[in-house]
Amino acid sequence: MKNKKNRPYREFLLQGNEAIVEGAIKAGCRFFAGYPITPATEISEAMSVKLPQVDGTFIQMEDEIASIAAVIGASLAGVKSMTATSGPGFSLMQENIGFAIMAEVPCVIVDAMRGGPSTGLPTSPSQSDVMQARWGTHGDHPIIVLCPSTVRECYDLTIKAFNLSEKFRNPVILLVDEVVAHMREKITFYDDEEVEIFNRIKPNMPPEWYIPYVDTPSGVPLMANFGEGYRYHVTGLTHDIRGFPTSRPDEIDPFIRRLFRKISQHFSELQFGDFYETDDADITIIAYGCVARSAKRAVIDARQKGLKVGLLKLNTLWPFMRTAVERVLNTSKIIIVPEMNMGQISREVKRVNKGSSKVFTINKVDGIIITPQEIQARIKEVA
Amino acid sequence: MGFRYDIRLSGSGGQGIILMGIILAEAVGIYEGRYVSQTQSYGPEARGGSSKAEIVISDTEIDYPKAIKLDMLLAMNQKSCDDYYMDLKPEGILIVDSTFVKQLPVARVYQIPFTRIARERFGKEMVANIIALGAITKLTDIVSPKSMEKAVFARVPKGTEKLNREALNVGMAEAIKAKKNILPFMRSEREDEDT
Repeated sequence: MKNKKNRPYREFLLQGNEAIVEGAIKAGCRFFAGYPITPATEISEAMSVKLPQVDGTFIQMEDEIASIAAVIGASLAGVKSMTATSGPGFSLMQENIGFAIMAEVPCVIVDAMRGGPSTGLPTSPSQSDVMQARWGTHGDHPIIVLCPSTVRECYDLTIKAFNLSEKFRNPVILLVDEVVAHMREKITFYDDEEVEIFNRIKPNMPPEWYIPYVDTPSGVPLMANFGEGYRYHVTGLTHDIRGFPTSRPDEIDPFIRRLFRKISQHFSELQFGDFYETDDADITIIAYGCVARSAKRAVIDARQKGLKVGLLKLNTLWPFMRTAVERVLNTSKIIIVPEMNMGQISREVKRVNKGSSKVFTINKVDGIIITPQEIQARIKEVA
Repeated sequence: MGFRYDIRLSGSGGQGIILMGIILAEAVGIYEGRYVSQTQSYGPEARGGSSKAEIVISDTEIDYPKAIKLDMLLAMNQKSCDDYYMDLKPEGILIVDSTFVKQLPVARVYQIPFTRIARERFGKEMVANIIALGAITKLTDIVSPKSMEKAVFARVPKGTEKLNREALNVGMAEAIKAKKNILPFMRSEREDEDT
């Protein structure tokens, strides 16, 4: 088909989960290992169909621990790799996510959030894994967490997740909620669409000159694929630039600092979000995931009543979008943070707030999406 | 604000409610070219339990993806009819599967025994949802029969096209009958002309 501007395009009605699979394949993902769990199962299902068509590999593993282990192994061999799970499985993966951070192995992990703790509410939405995504694995570490709120964003942010993981050699977590994962929307793919794809930077020196974990200006070492003649040691122990365990303080300190620096010095490249009617807003809502959609509706309705309300939608949850949040803290006296947990992002907003604004929350933990009416009621209450 | 039409399809798990939702969303979104968002909620059970699918149709980008006030409610069992009719707009359309829904909350209801028709005419209760889609096509003006047929064929297994086309047609015919059964003063103002 062709549209008005004569650009050839194809249209599909896709679920968030299916759009994630489309995005992953577009980004070059050719390995998926996972274990089915509601509400992420459709990702495994679609991957098992799509990956063989592009010479990729799909494996259903015995559990989530093995899944993330297989993903790390495949990525070390040079294949872009991904897994998908929900809260309970994400908990099981945490130890190996730490391994991927330590050994600097790019990979993408999708967590479709459902109600918790434990088995919780398998088929109901929640946003309660925000902190698990940040601090689920032990040890001081950097992490990138992206959060879509539309089917289109599921596609776009999955591609970004792969690009960022390849660029920074760090796991990237795509945090979706049950509503976005299962929601179907129309998505249009243009045939002439240019999609930026980033591939890890490989060494070009002879193998005997290769030093696997040596610092570079970007903080990201060159990554050799296993099986291409470059031999090096991969370990979860704190290691020196050659990859071997070390306990020398003068090697440990620069290594841990480099892990943080490679993310923090590229902070501006990691900020994805959207300001909607915030410039003159007295009240700004800060929201993410499915709740950002309720919030947008609440903003439109409030504007019709003459109230100056705006929305800051966060698509990057970690590293926290401090500069964007500071911007609305400076312009709005009142901030409302609606989220489907007892207050995970709202704490970050309060941390960034230097007393210039009042921060109110809406916390809903009953397995039902926050409605525009609930946000409107809160606006009326605090305005 | 732009046009917005909220639909809820409800029943129990196993009745094909979510498939109906997908087909209806595809018919409106892909074949009619409107903005559409389809969400669902269901219990953790494999069958039984309650199941609902919601479709929001608009001519602009959709913000809140769930139904707010319903323009149309389909209830395939008594419980969902009792639970959800309160969400219906005053001028909203209520369609029930009269095989299971015996107590009606309001007078202006389109009663069609989808499951009984499926059982008696086709020997398969499975097609009750496709019959219902046929009825929805005739009772609302959101989708044309042609778009609906295309959407059904895109989602049902190969080789069942004949069965499903018949089911759709039966649904449309039953809808016309149901319209006549509704008292004239209770008829919606938006009667369509092609019947």
